Amino acid sequence: MNENIYLPHIMVIDKITVEAPGVKTFRLKFQNEEEGKAFQFRAGNFAEYSAFGEGESTFCIASAPTRKEYVECTFRHAGRVTSGLNRLEEGQTMGFRGPFGNSFPIEEWKGKNILFVAGGIALPPMRCVIDNVLDLRDQFGDVTIVYGAKSVADLVYKEELAEWNQRSDVKLVTTVDPGGETPDWKGEVGFVPNVLDSVAPNSDNTVAVVCGPPIMIKFTFPVLEKHGFKDENIYTTLENRMKCGVGKCGRCNVGKMYVCKDGPVFSKVQLNDMAPEF
Amino acid sequence: MEKYIIKTEQIDAWLKRIIESVPRVLAPVSSGTKTEFRRIKSPEEVNNKSLTTTVSAKAAAFPPVETLFKYQKDGKDTTLTEDSFDKYPETVLWHARSCDAMGFSPLSAIFDWDYKDNIYDERRNKLTIVTFACNQSDECCFCTSVGGGPGNVEGSDIQLTMLNATDTLVEVMTEKGQKLVALLPDIFQPLSEEVDKEAVLAKIPVQFTKEEIKEHVSNAFDSPVWKRQSARCLGCGACAFVCPTCACFDIQEDAHGNHGRRLRCWDACGFSLFTQHTSGYNPRPTQATRWRQRILHKFSYMPERLGVYGCTGCGRCSRACPVDMNLQEHLISIANSNHE
Repeated sequence: MNENIYLPHIMVIDKITVEAPGVKTFRLKFQNEEEGKAFQFRAGNFAEYSAFGEGESTFCIASAPTRKEYVECTFRHAGRVTSGLNRLEEGQTMGFRGPFGNSFPIEEWKGKNILFVAGGIALPPMRCVIDNVLDLRDQFGDVTIVYGAKSVADLVYKEELAEWNQRSDVKLVTTVDPGGETPDWKGEVGFVPNVLDSVAPNSDNTVAVVCGPPIMIKFTFPVLEKHGFKDENIYTTLENRMKCGVGKCGRCNVGKMYVCKDGPVFSKVQLNDMAPEF
Repeated sequence: MEKYIIKTEQIDAWLKRIIESVPRVLAPVSSGTKTEFRRIKSPEEVNNKSLTTTVSAKAAAFPPVETLFKYQKDGKDTTLTEDSFDKYPETVLWHARSCDAMGFSPLSAIFDWDYKDNIYDERRNKLTIVTFACNQSDECCFCTSVGGGPGNVEGSDIQLTMLNATDTLVEVMTEKGQKLVALLPDIFQPLSEEVDKEAVLAKIPVQFTKEEIKEHVSNAFDSPVWKRQSARCLGCGACAFVCPTCACFDIQEDAHGNHGRRLRCWDACGFSLFTQHTSGYNPRPTQATRWRQRILHKFSYMPERLGVYGCTGCGRCSRACPVDMNLQEHLISIANSNHE
């Protein structure tokens, strides 16, 4: 008999990190160790997270598959479920269903340079890939990260940003929107696409991973094109409202493509062929 | 397939035996102006003249609201329990129509696409479907245009066809059907000579083919037809709720303090909240984009991805629509026009 595909794993909240106003990261461990040992995922997969009594929400798995002891998710409390999650404390239990969806083709990227471009709360879907690449650092070429948020306070993963900034084998460029800077801000001031343009990324043997709000993505693609990036070397991860995560509830599709099954990771070549409803 | 003849007047005796033997029998029961599939305790409750129920028969395997699991919070801990499958009764769906029986094939395709939905599968496997071929139809029926027909046996375990005032043809397609026949075998006479089933069936003209609709709509994403057709749509979702193939659902919490249930509830692509992100952004922001999704899902995405069409031509959406949007008329207009 098949298992109930809607039954979540019970997870214990091991650690809560406040990333930015309204944004938290939960480090989760499987309550049942056997389930934890059997659990495997790939960078780019997403999951359904439950606050029992409130419901389920969809986020990417923010931690890297190379770090096997836990799963992390980062969320902004905005709706009913995320507010319910936000009220939970370390040691309490919550639900987790996954992993679902496809993943970034990291194997194919080995030996190449990687350019990460992220905006705001979209760094979490990319952190799993960044950490995955950094954990296998010698298998990749140059690693460049361009990350921006509305304000200094809104930058998430401040610890990781500081850590990446220290590394000599990572080029990190952080930026905040004009007006979002503080007196002691040392990074750039400007919108992500403009800052990316000034970074002038080299497209030779380079894969670009772009994740952010639709408006950022819209203005970032032309910049990449200007610097010689081909569509087959540009990847993004789409989000859409989901309930089941497994291709049944009927709401995440973009034309005939299901974000939960065919995605969430798509190349720009695929995006070009997709129905214009995302 | 095995064929028998029974005396029409003996059908009720057979149904009585089925009710005595099977935990749940669902059949069309009238109440006021509505006829719906309800659990029956005696053959007298059945409205034998019902052409179609307002809501399709899909609830027999996909209830409007059902429990996915229960949770109990105790301090920091949470315990989850699943309903035992014993709670899903063996069910006979009695006096359904061909368009009802056909609807389970697209439902199964959705629920068993890649990940198997064991809750749906269990309910579906416990369902035996007895259809009555249609001797009549109404202006909303268009089963013959989407590959069905008033006497189509696809999905039926047994189909009964009233041949004349006294005799009824019994076609038994499956082992499940054979088991129902075995409950009162003496009334079934083997067919001695071929009967002309077609002659007694309702005549429903073919207006278009589903392949033709697929070809048209698959190239019509940017067509103005969606806005034109949906201009009067209220977004009430009635069409989805009465549809035999609409499977879109929501997952909701029924919370009572520290315990509760996670529920699966019918949902509809016509609702504006269906795809709205938490940020307020909606990839389908207008009723036209939602109507397009409805038609493309049924006539383009499902056949392409699942190999089934999401329409059985039952006409329920047209009958239920409060602003008289008629799906058949819309499809004829699509079939007859070039939307490039």
